[in-house]
Amino acid sequence: MANNIIEVSNLKKYFQVGDLTVQALKGVNLAIRSGEFVAIMGTSGSGKSTMLNILGCLDIPTAGDYKLDGVSVSGLNRNQLAELRNAKLGFVFQSYNLLSRTSALENVELPLYYNSSVKAKERKERAMAALEAVGLTDRIHHMPNQLSGGQQQRVAIARSLVNDPVVILADEATGNLDTRTSYEIMELFQRLNEDHGKTIVFVTHEPDIARLTSRNIIFRDGWVVKEQMTGEKVSAAEMLKSLPVGDHEV
Amino acid sequence: MNYVNLMKIAKNALMRNKFRAFLTMLGIIIGVASVIAMLAIGQGSKKSIQDQMSSMGSNLVFIMPGSQQRGGVMMGNSSSQSLKLVDMEAIRLQSTNISAISPEVRTSGQVVYGNSNWPTSIYGGNTDYLSIRKFGLESGRLFTEREITTLAKVCLIGKTVVSKIFPKGVDPIGQTIRFKDIPLKVIGILSEKGENSFGQDQDDMLIAPYTTVQRRLLAIDYIQTILTSAISEARTDAAINDLQTIMRKQHKISKPEDDDFRVMSQAELVKTFTSISDILTTLLGAIAGISLLVGGIGIMNIMYVSVTERTREIGLRMSIGGKGRDILMQFLIESTMLSVVGGLIGIGLGYLVSAVVGTMMGWPVVIMTQSVVLSFLVCAAIGIFFGWYPAKKASNLNPIDALRYE
Ligand SMILES: Nc1ncnc2c1ncn2[C@@H]1O[C@H](COP(=O)(O)OP(=O)(O)O)[C@@H](O)[C@H]1O
Ligand SMILES: [Mg+2]
Repeated sequence: MANNIIEVSNLKKYFQVGDLTVQALKGVNLAIRSGEFVAIMGTSGSGKSTMLNILGCLDIPTAGDYKLDGVSVSGLNRNQLAELRNAKLGFVFQSYNLLSRTSALENVELPLYYNSSVKAKERKERAMAALEAVGLTDRIHHMPNQLSGGQQQRVAIARSLVNDPVVILADEATGNLDTRTSYEIMELFQRLNEDHGKTIVFVTHEPDIARLTSRNIIFRDGWVVKEQMTGEKVSAAEMLKSLPVGDHEV
Repeated sequence: MNYVNLMKIAKNALMRNKFRAFLTMLGIIIGVASVIAMLAIGQGSKKSIQDQMSSMGSNLVFIMPGSQQRGGVMMGNSSSQSLKLVDMEAIRLQSTNISAISPEVRTSGQVVYGNSNWPTSIYGGNTDYLSIRKFGLESGRLFTEREITTLAKVCLIGKTVVSKIFPKGVDPIGQTIRFKDIPLKVIGILSEKGENSFGQDQDDMLIAPYTTVQRRLLAIDYIQTILTSAISEARTDAAINDLQTIMRKQHKISKPEDDDFRVMSQAELVKTFTSISDILTTLLGAIAGISLLVGGIGIMNIMYVSVTERTREIGLRMSIGGKGRDILMQFLIESTMLSVVGGLIGIGLGYLVSAVVGTMMGWPVVIMTQSVVLSFLVCAAIGIFFGWYPAKKASNLNPIDALRYE
C-alpha cells in the first residue's frame, strides 16, 4: 500500500543480559496507514514498549526492516536518526517527561529549538497553537509542578504536536492518570486523529482504552498474535458523559 | 543546530537552578578575585619600589661602613667609623664615572621654635647633596661653600617640620630654630616629596652643611655615608668599581673579603627589593591560582553530578531531535557560561578588593591588564576543560537508556 506511514517486516530485537539473551521481539510484521489511530496491546513484558521505541527510532532493531514514511531506517546513523525524530516523530510518555521549572510554553517550544530552520517568532507561535490545540491556552506560563497530571500530559501532547510529526507515538500515556482524566486525554487524541488527521500509535494494556482507537494490534511474547478493527469506534466524549460525576480531577 | 539556540538552551538550563549555578560560580569568583587582587598588591609594591628608585635618583651610588672581619669577629656596621673625608676627596679626584659626590652625616633630635617642638632628623651634606638625593628647593637658598667651611648655623627645612613647629602665616625663612640646643637659621624650604615606599616621610627632615652636623651636633671626625651620582645609569657599575678600587687603596685592603665598607647602588637595592616583591607576587599568585583551580574542579563536579541527575532530561532532548553534538555543546556552554560569568564577577570583585585594600590599608595596588585578561582566559579554558568530560559523557548516552534511567 502506498500510504503506509509505518512498515515493519520480520523485525527482531534481542537484549543481552549477562549470558542470557532476551528475545523481546521475535519477528514482527505490521503496517500502519496514514491517519490511523492504532493501539498496541498486550500483557506486561510482551514487547510493546520495545516495539514503540524502535518505531520511534530511539532504539535499533537486531534484525528486520523498518520503513518510516517510505524511508528505510536501518542504514541511518545516530545523527540522522535524531533528525528523523525531530522532523517526523512526536512522543508522549507515561511519566510526561517535562522539564521541571520550565514553563508549559518553553516545554512545548523545546523540539523546535533543535530545528534551526524555525526562528524564535515562529517557534513561539507554533507552541502557542499546539497549546491551544490541547486546550491549555490559559496555562502557558505555568510550571509543571503547578499543573495537574492531566494538564502535564496535555503539555506533553502539545510538545509532541509542535513539530507537525507524521506520527505520534504514545507509551501508556494514560497509565499515570485516573479514569476520567484518561478519557479526557483519549478524547484529545481522538480529536487530533479525526479533526487534524494525525496518525497515532498508542501503547496500552487496558482494553477500555484500546476500544477508543480504530485498530488493535495485540502482542504476546514478542509476536503479533492478533490484529482487529474495533468496528464501531467508541467516542471518548460519550464515555466521559456516562462516568459518574464527582471524580473530576482539577 | 545553531548556536543561538544552544546558548538559549544552556542559559535556560542554568536559570532553572539559579542558586546552584551561583554556588558553582562562587569558586571561580573567589579564585579570579584573589588572583587579581594578589597580583595587584604584588605589582603595587613592586611599582612603588620602582617609583622610589626614580625619585631617589637611579644614578645614586653610595658607600657605607661595612662589617669588618678581624680574626673571625664580626664588628657591627654602625659602630664602624671607617669613612673619612679624605676618602671622599680621593674619590672625587680619581673616579671618572661620577658627576657629584657628597658626604652624609645625620642625627635625630628635637627641633624647637617658640614653644613648639617636634622630633625629626637632620642631614648634613655639601652643596651637591640636594641634587644627588633629588631634593628641590621651594624657596630660599642653598647654603654656600663658605658656610660649609665656617660651620655656619644655617639649615634647610622640610614641609612637615614647617607645619609642625611654625604657626600659620609665619614665613620660616630668616627665623631661627633650635636643634639639640644649637640655634639654626632657616635659609630655605625643601620642595614636598611625600612618603617613600617604606612609609617614611621624606619631608620630615632638616638639611644643614655637613660640617655643622659633624662638628657642632655630633662632635665626630668621620662621616657616615658617602653619596655619589654616577654620570649615567648605565655607568653605575663602572662607578661601583671605581669606588671599590679607590676605597681599597685608601684603606690599604688587598682582599675584597677584608672590606671595611660597602658600596651599594640605588639600582642594585631596587633590584633586590623588586626581586623580593617578584617572589612575593609569584607566591601570592600561585596560591590564588590554586583557588582558581579548585573553583574549576567545583564546576567539573557540578557538571558531572548534573549529567547523572539530568540523564532523563538528556534522553528527552535526544528523543525530540537533540543530536549527541547538541547535548555535548549544551553542557560545554553551560560550564563555560558558569566559568566565564563567574570570571567576570570575579574580575569585578578583584577590582573592588584591590581598591578597598588600596584605600583602607594604604597599600599601593596596581591592577595589570594582563592579569585580568589572563585570568579571564583561564576561566574560559577551565569551563571548557572541566566541562568536557561530563559533556562528552552526556552526549554518548543512548537515547532510550537515558530516557529509562532511574
Ligand atoms: N534494555 C533492556 N534490557 C534487557 N531486557 C529488556 C530491555 N528492555 C526490555 N527488555 C525485555 O524485553 C521484554 C519486553 O519488554 P517491554 O517491551 O518493555 O514490554 P512491555 O512494554 O510490553 O511491558 C521484557 O521481557 C523485558 O524484560
Ligand atoms: Mg511497556
